[in-house]
Amino acid sequence: MSSSSKQMLANRGAAQHHLTGGRWFREVGWRYIVAVVALVFAAFPIVFIIGVSFDPRGSTTASSILPSSISLSNYQTLLGGAKGPFLRWYLNTIIVCLLVTALQLACSALAAYAFSRLRFRGRRGGILLVLLIMMFPNFLAMTALYSMFTDLGTVFPAIRLSTLAGYILALMGGSLGQVWLIKGTLDSIPKSLDEAAIIDGASHFQVFRLILLPILVPIIATTAMLAFVGTISEFMIGSLFLVDNDTKTLAVGLYGLLQGDKSANYGVFAAGAVMVSVPVIILFQVLQRYIVGGATSGAVKG
Amino acid sequence: MSTPLLKSSSPVRVQPSPPPGAGDSFLNRNGSVLAIVIKIAVLGVVLALAIYAIPLLIHYQMWMWLVVMSLATVSLFVIYTTKHFIPAKYLYPGSVFLCIFLVIPIILTVQYSMTNFGDGARGSKAETIESIVANSIKPSADSPFYNLAVAVESAGMVDSGPYTLFLTATGVTDPPVLFGVDGGEVATWTGEPATVTDGQVTGVPGYVLLTRPQINQQMAQISAIAVKVPGDDQAGIRIQGFQAYEGSASISYDAQQDALIDHATNPATVYPNQKIGDAYCFVDQAKGQCFQAQSWLQNVGAANYQRLLGDSGVRNQFLAAFGWTLIFAFGNVLICFLAGFLLAVTLNDDRIKGKKLWRSFLLLPYAVPALISLLMWSQFFNRDFGLVNRIFGANLDWLGDPTLAKVAIFIVQLWMGFPYMFIVCTGALQSIPSDVKEAARIDGASGIATTFRIILPLLLIAVAPLLVSSFAFNFNNFNAIKLLTDGGPSIPGQFLRGSTDILISMVYKRAFGGSGTELGFASAMSVLLFIITGVLAAAQFRLTKRLETIA
Repeated sequence: MSSSSKQMLANRGAAQHHLTGGRWFREVGWRYIVAVVALVFAAFPIVFIIGVSFDPRGSTTASSILPSSISLSNYQTLLGGAKGPFLRWYLNTIIVCLLVTALQLACSALAAYAFSRLRFRGRRGGILLVLLIMMFPNFLAMTALYSMFTDLGTVFPAIRLSTLAGYILALMGGSLGQVWLIKGTLDSIPKSLDEAAIIDGASHFQVFRLILLPILVPIIATTAMLAFVGTISEFMIGSLFLVDNDTKTLAVGLYGLLQGDKSANYGVFAAGAVMVSVPVIILFQVLQRYIVGGATSGAVKG
Repeated sequence: MSTPLLKSSSPVRVQPSPPPGAGDSFLNRNGSVLAIVIKIAVLGVVLALAIYAIPLLIHYQMWMWLVVMSLATVSLFVIYTTKHFIPAKYLYPGSVFLCIFLVIPIILTVQYSMTNFGDGARGSKAETIESIVANSIKPSADSPFYNLAVAVESAGMVDSGPYTLFLTATGVTDPPVLFGVDGGEVATWTGEPATVTDGQVTGVPGYVLLTRPQINQQMAQISAIAVKVPGDDQAGIRIQGFQAYEGSASISYDAQQDALIDHATNPATVYPNQKIGDAYCFVDQAKGQCFQAQSWLQNVGAANYQRLLGDSGVRNQFLAAFGWTLIFAFGNVLICFLAGFLLAVTLNDDRIKGKKLWRSFLLLPYAVPALISLLMWSQFFNRDFGLVNRIFGANLDWLGDPTLAKVAIFIVQLWMGFPYMFIVCTGALQSIPSDVKEAARIDGASGIATTFRIILPLLLIAVAPLLVSSFAFNFNNFNAIKLLTDGGPSIPGQFLRGSTDILISMVYKRAFGGSGTELGFASAMSVLLFIITGVLAAAQFRLTKRLETIA
């Protein structure tokens, strides 16, 4: 091999791995700039609010954007309950989100099994009907929900307005919200699997619980995660139902905090925002693989 | 013949033997003992609830709920105590919730939309008469006065009631303790003895007494309480400050004339039941309006719709809000998609280092709960101390100017929404074969032309269903408006909507926002919103081809 062809090969290698300055910038470098701009846009508000949460003055008067000094006073105020029972709101939110998510997924998974595996009259019509009804979020009927729970509350005081139980039930209008995604996954699992089990003597419920449910774990985890985070943000029905300070969720409580006195409560709100967001962000990072999968299959976060 | 599931490549391996943990019950079609116990427990609880509720539902004349409760209970027993109806066993839980908390509210909304339901028109005609009569009770010179204690059954009900009044006559030694609730008759307390200190009830077993500050806080609700006096239709007990008195009503109802008669004036004033506007009420003929602005719940036919679609002022506001809703939802999807797409194309290059790390950080806004994002940004746009003005050294009134408020909304939606589109587009880009790009480059297309003329159309096919779902979601994205701008700033001369109100937030304001709530009229708007949402849903069905995959 001649020296010139060696030289050519070496050049080509360099072109692939170490582009010269200008060309590198035109083909690759600008991508980093775009990425950095996007990153600043995405991350700066979050970094800033974390800063505010540690700024004893709430950063509303400071001339600089950076916190003037660092202290935990906002967290102390928040957790001390001076601005409302924050920990109670936190607990309420967890209770509501867990129960709503669990009930919603249980109802959806059971119905998805019937729609995917069992053959019965009106099945096609049933799926269509459920899909169509689920297109109407029940908060569109807020006037009716409100007076409905006023009425029901006189008979069942346990679920009257301003109780968590009533609020959770009101959110169960979305009980079949995940049926489509789960049915789609079930449809992709070969039927011969459950047929074999039935030949072995399994009942329909055993097929569902012991054979199909384990396979559905990834999709259930994804939808559960998105339903959970979506429920944290439920505000409309919450603002109508939860008027007692002790039964408020974070959504209603933090909104009230800001409405009370915007500038004075800014730092305390920031501390609350950090305490709500950080666990969710960590969860998202850990489960990123599933979330990405869920997003591309059509799951919409609330 | 070997079935595909026995191949090791299949996602699940089926063991020839029963799965571990199933034990013998795997072969037993009747299920385990535990399952039977749970089943009996659930059936028992539901039966107990029904037995508890049915007499009460009859007492309160809630016929619809009586039918719903009975149907739900009967079908529960029919479905789960027999071996038949296997599909129904799986569909029942979800369907019951769906029917009660989604279908029934929708039906009720349609019903309400044909009534005058709202402030001053909530109860029945009888309740309205009772309330007007009770409100006319005034103390006379010889009225007995009582020391008042207000109680609730548990501490959690302090803010909400229902309240029970405990009364002890003033100026009497060892007065008997009387009690009464709103609308009920006053009676002597015969429960566990109450503690009376200085002629004032200070403790009742099983009740929580409100402190004076608590009574002050709930004064509006508490001072509306009226307790009847047995044997005298015109007499009643009312509250004045921290005391109660027994007085006599100056207004009475005359069933023959169907009118209220006020005896306090001379001669007595008659308020006849007549129609004002769409609804009937007792008319104060001197003022030409409903007496005390009180009416009762009644059918008004299509009057709400006529007002919504016939009154040009109202119609124009509704249409303007509809137009902005479309712009809001479409604009959101467009800018989030464009940003997400361009970012995905930019970062979809093998020469970029640490792609996973970049992606993790760019996903951050998506991970923050929407509620927190919105509240956080509403602070950033504050004129005086908001982050946005401080960074750019500006003094813009973001949330006070109609145009700027809309810009602010789009900025926030971009921040919240671009990561989702970025993930979706990154996923879709990976499924576009690289030889497509290669071919375009050989044909001499520039990078930009390849991106927009070749990659974009291919990608759109894949993500179109998601864009449509996203549009439908944003169409009713109440939080995005309520938490950020609350629909503001308001527009002079427009009472229905603020400049950034979308349809759903407009309905909310009319139904629950501050003064003059009109639930019937708001329900009529809801029904129109149902129809619009339904049309969107139909479009979504067509575009996402969901129907074709229903086997």
